Amino acid sequence: MKEAVKSTRRAYGEALAELGELKEEVVVLDADLSKSTYTNIFAKKFPHRFFNMGISECKMISCAAGLATTGKIPFASTFAIFAAGRAWEMVRLSVGYTNLNVKIAASHAGISVGEDGPTHHCAEDIALMRVIPNMTVIVPADATETRKAVFASAEWRGPVYLRLGRPDIPILFDDKYEFKIGKANVIKEGKDVSIFACGLMVWQALQAIELLEKEGIDAELINVSTIKPLDEETILNSLRKTGCAVSAEEHNIIGGLGSAIAELMGERFPAPLERVGVKDRFAESGPWKELLIKYNLSPQDIKEAVIRAIKRKEERK
Amino acid sequence: MKDKIKELKIIATKLRMDIIEMLAEAGSGHSGGSLSCADIIACLYFSVMRHNPKDPKWRERDRFVLSKGHACPALYAALAEAGYFPREEIFTLRKLNSILQGHPDMNKTPGVEFSSGSLGQGFAAAFGMALGYKIDNNPGRIFVMLGDGECQEGIVWETAMGASHYKLDNLTAILDYNNLQIDGRVSEIMEIAPISEKFRAFGWTVYEIDGHNIEEILWALSPERIVPGKPTIIIARTIKGKGVSFMENQVDWHGKAPSKEEAERALKELREELERMMRDEGSC
Repeated sequence: MKEAVKSTRRAYGEALAELGELKEEVVVLDADLSKSTYTNIFAKKFPHRFFNMGISECKMISCAAGLATTGKIPFASTFAIFAAGRAWEMVRLSVGYTNLNVKIAASHAGISVGEDGPTHHCAEDIALMRVIPNMTVIVPADATETRKAVFASAEWRGPVYLRLGRPDIPILFDDKYEFKIGKANVIKEGKDVSIFACGLMVWQALQAIELLEKEGIDAELINVSTIKPLDEETILNSLRKTGCAVSAEEHNIIGGLGSAIAELMGERFPAPLERVGVKDRFAESGPWKELLIKYNLSPQDIKEAVIRAIKRKEERK
Repeated sequence: MKDKIKELKIIATKLRMDIIEMLAEAGSGHSGGSLSCADIIACLYFSVMRHNPKDPKWRERDRFVLSKGHACPALYAALAEAGYFPREEIFTLRKLNSILQGHPDMNKTPGVEFSSGSLGQGFAAAFGMALGYKIDNNPGRIFVMLGDGECQEGIVWETAMGASHYKLDNLTAILDYNNLQIDGRVSEIMEIAPISEKFRAFGWTVYEIDGHNIEEILWALSPERIVPGKPTIIIARTIKGKGVSFMENQVDWHGKAPSKEEAERALKELREELERMMRDEGSC
């Protein structure tokens, strides 16, 4: 049987069109990428609530803020590098400082954008978004979680950054999966190490866990889909049990989930931590699966990080 | 009409006095650009706009966004005069725990429609407000004030394109064209002329006026000037530092507040102007 796959960006576009039925206040903006972000599904269904801004992300973000002041719930979409990068200062002032009810749904995050290359990759956005006060940062792991995150974002009062990916990845969760903003979910319990992952790295981590099982290592996997606000209690509870950690994200190892975990551990639970992510360098063009391997985002990389973390824990004893 | 014009002139002069007083008390802030837009802001808040200081969030209100946020002393003076908050607050400008921030903050100050100061963003936000009003068939108008130096920002032109594309005739921009920016004359730092032609080419209805002539300001801001299906921009020729002789057309007064002594001199000039206006019916 063929594995069920779907990109998180497609799940977003489909959920948005569903949400449009339920909430009259939802309006959608895009910057000439509606076929890639799948906001075109909403546009077709609700043409009078869809506004193409053309190729002008800065204007789009501040315009979304203006719409929010009139009671709308704007979802603004483009590629992550343009939403979080190019329009960063608009996100900071027009959305963060004002604390307006704007949802920024950014697709093509990470390096799994693939062939378009580093100009269109974005391994910096989690860092850029989480330093903005009032901002909530969500990185769904699969299509199911994305759908639930879209609905939850619409109910959440205030700015949200929703990070989405380009490639078709396995659907990990069924409809019974519970998503709550600010809640990390234990996907698999274990006792030897805590793996904190987000986005498609949750799927990579599940594969790593299979490799680890063969070596007799019992890893716990936690899907930290809300990077901010961070679910400190779930993370600390897991650490108290396992005593060491690995973070895994499709992002620069500087500033993202791994950094958020390191900040928490530094203050509340000093213990060995190994960070899996893009090692502070630009990637390159190529098929996304091959990029994940070359840039150290594979199940094998997670497995090796786990072994290092456990070794460091043992050495401390 | 004559009485109205006289009244607005008096209000504008009072706003200028408040601007000087609050800046002198604050010890920092932007004098020149606050004084240059005082007449336009007086006309907006005390004649043109439909708004209610008792109900700042009234759904169908006209809104004003000060995209050139550094001129907020003029806005604060007008909001206080209109009754959005007690006048005493103006003496807390830029101080700790004040509702009056160095640049406008919509969450701290009643009547401030958008947080602005990073140039260009207020314009794009006003565009979003106009779009929101259109979706809801809200009859309110959105006014937004830009600085001339601000027009050097790319987002201004992204927005100029967007507002005409979406046919936002409920959006009226006012350009406070005083031809000075921090580093010098706008025409020398980065020329924006011919600005009317630029906006016309972007699909806007353009009016050019003397930004200190109350009659011309009221004429240009009247709903009768709106061409259906097009946004409007009023290019208002102004004098930076207007109303205070030693500040007029002086680039150094962009980002400087008057000392106590300078403030007294400025207030004396403005008080004399006010008394002359009250006395001299003919001046209107």
